[in-house]
Amino acid sequence: MGKRLLMGNEAIALGAMRARVTVVVGYPGTPSSEALETIAKEKRDGLYVEWSVNEKSALEVGAGAAISGARVLVTMKQVGLNMASDPLMSLNYVGVKGGMVVMAADDPGPISSQTEQDTRSFGRFAKLAVFDPSTPEEAYTMIADAFAYSEKLGRPVLFRPTTRVCHSYASVTILDPLPPRTQTGFEKDAGRWVIFPRLAYANHLKIEKALTELADDFSYYPANRLSGSGRKGIAAGGVSWCYVGEALKDVSSARRLLKVATVPFPARLGVEFLRGLDEVLVVEELDPVIERELTYLCGLHGLDVKVRGKQSGDMPNAGENTLAGVARAIRSFLGEAAAEVETPRATPPALPVRPPVLCAGCPHRASFFAVKEAAKGRKSVFCGDIGCYTLGNALPLDMVDTCLCMGAGITMAQGIWRVEQDRASFAFIGDSTFFHTGIPGIINAVYNKADVIIAVLDNSTTAMTGGQPHPGVGRSVTGETTRRVDIAGILSAIGADSLERVNAFDFAASKAAVERALDKKGVRVILFEGDCIALSRALRASCTVDEKKCVGCSLCLKKLGCPAISMYEKRARIDQVSCTGCGLCKVVCAARAIEGGESA
Amino acid sequence: MTDCLIVGVGGQGTILASRLIGSAALGLGLDVRGSETIGMAQRGGSVMSHVRMGDGIHSPLISLGSADVILAFEPCEGARAVPYLRPDGLMIVCDRAIQPAGFFNASGESGYDLRAVIEYLRSSVERLCILDGEKINERCGARSLNVAILGAALFFGELPCSMEEMEGVIGERFDTYYAEMNKKALEFGASLACECGK
Repeated sequence: MGKRLLMGNEAIALGAMRARVTVVVGYPGTPSSEALETIAKEKRDGLYVEWSVNEKSALEVGAGAAISGARVLVTMKQVGLNMASDPLMSLNYVGVKGGMVVMAADDPGPISSQTEQDTRSFGRFAKLAVFDPSTPEEAYTMIADAFAYSEKLGRPVLFRPTTRVCHSYASVTILDPLPPRTQTGFEKDAGRWVIFPRLAYANHLKIEKALTELADDFSYYPANRLSGSGRKGIAAGGVSWCYVGEALKDVSSARRLLKVATVPFPARLGVEFLRGLDEVLVVEELDPVIERELTYLCGLHGLDVKVRGKQSGDMPNAGENTLAGVARAIRSFLGEAAAEVETPRATPPALPVRPPVLCAGCPHRASFFAVKEAAKGRKSVFCGDIGCYTLGNALPLDMVDTCLCMGAGITMAQGIWRVEQDRASFAFIGDSTFFHTGIPGIINAVYNKADVIIAVLDNSTTAMTGGQPHPGVGRSVTGETTRRVDIAGILSAIGADSLERVNAFDFAASKAAVERALDKKGVRVILFEGDCIALSRALRASCTVDEKKCVGCSLCLKKLGCPAISMYEKRARIDQVSCTGCGLCKVVCAARAIEGGESA
Repeated sequence: MTDCLIVGVGGQGTILASRLIGSAALGLGLDVRGSETIGMAQRGGSVMSHVRMGDGIHSPLISLGSADVILAFEPCEGARAVPYLRPDGLMIVCDRAIQPAGFFNASGESGYDLRAVIEYLRSSVERLCILDGEKINERCGARSLNVAILGAALFFGELPCSMEEMEGVIGERFDTYYAEMNKKALEFGASLACECGK
């Protein structure tokens, strides 16, 4: 069927479809989101796809489908797995009938995450098999293997690509689909599907036995392999394997190579690799998983091999590997001279750093600014959450004092207020995060009579991960119209002490609403509504600066930090390409020099 | 083997440009491998797309000092990418600066010295083609900047595919209206490169 240029996530999606997946569930999270979206675009008969409300829900929907015989793919990022770990840990003890692959994408760097956790280590803790692809083409075939192993084991398995696999792309050879399967449906068996301590004990014994057998089986799995010869060895997994391949192009020394792509570790293959070696360099990202296993095997088999890697200080303990770093480490390990330094060039001038910022015309900037102005002079704390609005922490807005994990802003604000009751405790939460884990925190505040002000920033999408729909949007991932869950309705049902809805771009109304909330007690909620500019741009004319009126005070720039505004020859200038005409800058301009846009 | 690095600011369309190059190369029967910046960094941050075409490629990332061609959609991002360029490699850079938000001094003036950045590029890159961003903006619109720069790269023959092959890929990928718009941008970029004359 020829070759296609596929991003890693697309390869995973098409690989899962080739393996006849029928139920696909997940929650967006970089770098995993495109896998589910690719499948949703295909809209094939007999294939169900949903964005679930959160990762725990996704995994549980998946569990129900898998014990009914469906092949199930559940997608999330690594921190999403923390939330889904409760059902996943237990599901492993219960088991599945149809193959269930849980794709948890890791993010070395981290590039777009709170942690550098390693799903291979999670797999070991949870007693689950883990598949760790190195490239998009390997991911394409490996996901079918993951389904087959899951069915053979009768348990869910983890599939963990990293950012550089998810967001890299390659020409992938498209293979014929695997034969169709039949779904048996749910068969009642309380002794199997109802987890009780006695069953957990019995199944624990089975799991341990299966993992030992799997370690042996994986020594014959083609993605784990041995090559080369010599007294020095290099072991690698994930994208690091590709960096090793690239670095070895200019290296002539003899070396033995071990590629590892699974948990449990292919023990027999590992011993075969170690025998006759003096030294090993392990190249991997996040936890020293391969390194520890090799060190353990040396001890177990009495092999006198020096294992180098993160634990020995030869490789970095945090961050992602770089091609240059890996090449340097390998040359030094093999005793080859460092690669020629590139021809020296002129020293560059100071180059401005370019941190991510809220877009020009972002409704969050307007909401943050209204709260900031209203709370001026008060002792306050602003608890943030996960989403585009985390970027509200940047100067000049400086409106995010805390950020922990999905949904934590609302509850942390309560904890801060318990310690300091004279502090106005604000929590900001986006619409998708509100549905994900925000709601229980609000119930907690009402039930326990906390004094907090909750700002729900509703931009009608899951913006940071690329604009996915959520329950408040009234549209599914496949574009079908569905029931819209009303945020204001939920808030009033919970019993918030006050609730106001404002247009985020109406500065005067927004500020007044915050001031009223500050004068009250209890759980006060302000629902700021304004669509993400990715949804509604180009509906308004851009703003312009009247250079005769502009006095060059630069307050528009310094108060808002809008990327469309800059100063040029002592006058403000608004970039006509990026300005969406939200008009917030007109509010802060004392000289009334800004025209156009929508009146704010 | 050809290594092409595309750099710019989130939202400038580097990903589309890399996909077009990759698709054209795939159409010629070449193996393609590459990597994108997607996610948080896209919100006005620096972005980098690696496109590698040919045999025996392991890594999705290009090594320092080995890019055959760099397409810089923004001057400061071009300056940042110079260490990736092969000593005799080509850089095509759009001269329109995008001011980073929050990078200004007490009087609000930007610390971004465009003249110094261009000067640096001239002194450190032997094969440099500077494209007039305002002209591209006027003629093709800012959203077609990516395709116009692609046109310039095709003019220099630094990519494995020809102008006609790229037009074919664009024809397959877009509806008639956008395909025509993009083909015009491609040609305009090539004409600017021709004037640049290196």
